[in-house]
Amino acid sequence: MIHVEGLTKYYRDLCAVDHINFEVQKGEILGLLGPNGAGKTTTLRMLTGFLRPTSGIIHIKDYTIDENAVEIKKLLGYLPEASPLYHDMLAFDYLEYVANMRELEPGRKLPRIRKLADLCGLNDVMHKPIGELSKGFKQRVGLAHAMMSDPEILVLDEPTLGLDPNQIVEIRDIIKQIGKEKTIILSTHILSEAEATCDRIVIIHRGKIVADSSTETLKQSASGECLINISLKNADFESVEKKLGSIQGILGLVRLDDEEEILRVRLTCRPSTDLRGEIYGKIKRTSWILLEFRQETKTLENIFQELTREN
Amino acid sequence: MKQVKYIYGKEFRAYFVSPIAYIVISIFLLVIGWFFFMTFFLNNQADLRNFFALLPITFSFVVPAITMRLFSEELNVGSYEILLTMPVTFWQVVLGKFLASLGFIAAMLIPTLAYPATVTFLGRLDWGPVVGGYIGAILLGAAFSAIGLFASSLTRNQIVAFITGMAICFSLTLVDKMLFFLPQLLLGFLQYLGADFHFRNISRGIIDSRDIVYFLSVTFVGLYGTHLVLQEKR
Repeated sequence: MIHVEGLTKYYRDLCAVDHINFEVQKGEILGLLGPNGAGKTTTLRMLTGFLRPTSGIIHIKDYTIDENAVEIKKLLGYLPEASPLYHDMLAFDYLEYVANMRELEPGRKLPRIRKLADLCGLNDVMHKPIGELSKGFKQRVGLAHAMMSDPEILVLDEPTLGLDPNQIVEIRDIIKQIGKEKTIILSTHILSEAEATCDRIVIIHRGKIVADSSTETLKQSASGECLINISLKNADFESVEKKLGSIQGILGLVRLDDEEEILRVRLTCRPSTDLRGEIYGKIKRTSWILLEFRQETKTLENIFQELTREN
Repeated sequence: MKQVKYIYGKEFRAYFVSPIAYIVISIFLLVIGWFFFMTFFLNNQADLRNFFALLPITFSFVVPAITMRLFSEELNVGSYEILLTMPVTFWQVVLGKFLASLGFIAAMLIPTLAYPATVTFLGRLDWGPVVGGYIGAILLGAAFSAIGLFASSLTRNQIVAFITGMAICFSLTLVDKMLFFLPQLLLGFLQYLGADFHFRNISRGIIDSRDIVYFLSVTFVGLYGTHLVLQEKR
């Protein structure tokens, strides 16, 4: 469906996107992840034809962006970052304008606008100027705008930005629902969101792709080993190492920082074993005072941090 | 072509939704009405020559005020991104916005039809120069709109767009009044560049192809410049 090869964008001397390649299949929901300024928005803007790539190829279906810009724009629905809309237009007028620009047939315009208003929960604000709407509603108008022509591909730049938790869940449901038939590319820096909605995740850092795999694989590689943090009072490291190190399944034992009389230790356990019971049993038999006992599974967040750490 | 129509419709309506339209029209009518009638009864002639003589200089600051928001506002708010990711070409965007500005100028000129209407009661009015004057006014409006649109595409700041547009329009209006200071060799060329010079011909009722070609080419250059700027912005 979408094929991107060697895509590069320079702003003057600044390289925003550096030779990225990826492919999106039909019906896939692709999440573009990365810290701020990683090049997510620039990539999406090039996909939608708003920015011209410095070099590289974008194929969408049988079209290329240089030759068939208008055809590609017809296939795409795009929600820009922070949905910058015309502030002095009424929400209804705006959607009607979009319906016109997208060349919907005259008879289909009103039903389509109504359907989108229902889907995005806009019915109460249709007669209000967009400038007076709250951020969440603006975002919904933007979403309705993107879906107006029922496009085959939806490109959403931070679709849940500025929404409250309930709205985020609603928008996610909408995305999942339309994602059954459509191809969706969305960018975000919220990991849980990508985890919840996307089939595949591409992580970008400093304009380069640092990870590209399905959400499942990424999660599995993330939950490889589990870590347990313990804080003890009235204990010394040597005896702790001796006692706890003898437990089967503990791979390593690291001393973290010492804080007056408190000893912090991190235990690395073998994957998919739960040793918490045994560890507690050992500690119970000593005179140590247990202050903290916390299991930490390596999540997507750790992976993300590792891949996008500065330097 | 449909897209041009829709962009035109949206922009034209946007003028009348915001107070800009009413402010600009009032200022235009006040300024031009005051200066025209100040000398009208002294001259004691039933013609509109003085009214049309005022148009180039008035348009030099009114038209850039009309066009300043067309691109600058979109660039500033960011809605430009939405506009360009809809299935439109640059030319459609430029033409739609240009026609909206031209339509607004036409709407602004409609109330001034009251002048020839009243003047006919005062004496025998020669309608030739009046018709020529209005045709000239539309051509002049088109040329200045294209220049204003170009200025607007350069910046996201509406005030900068206004001043840039005004500077170019004023230069074009005044260049043939400054010939005295300019080198002899360039006189013919510079006079030909002057908007006022060509407008005077038309408003006398003489429709010469040279004047029409002048206005159309200024319009084209302005619109083409805008098109180039938009393409370079990508």
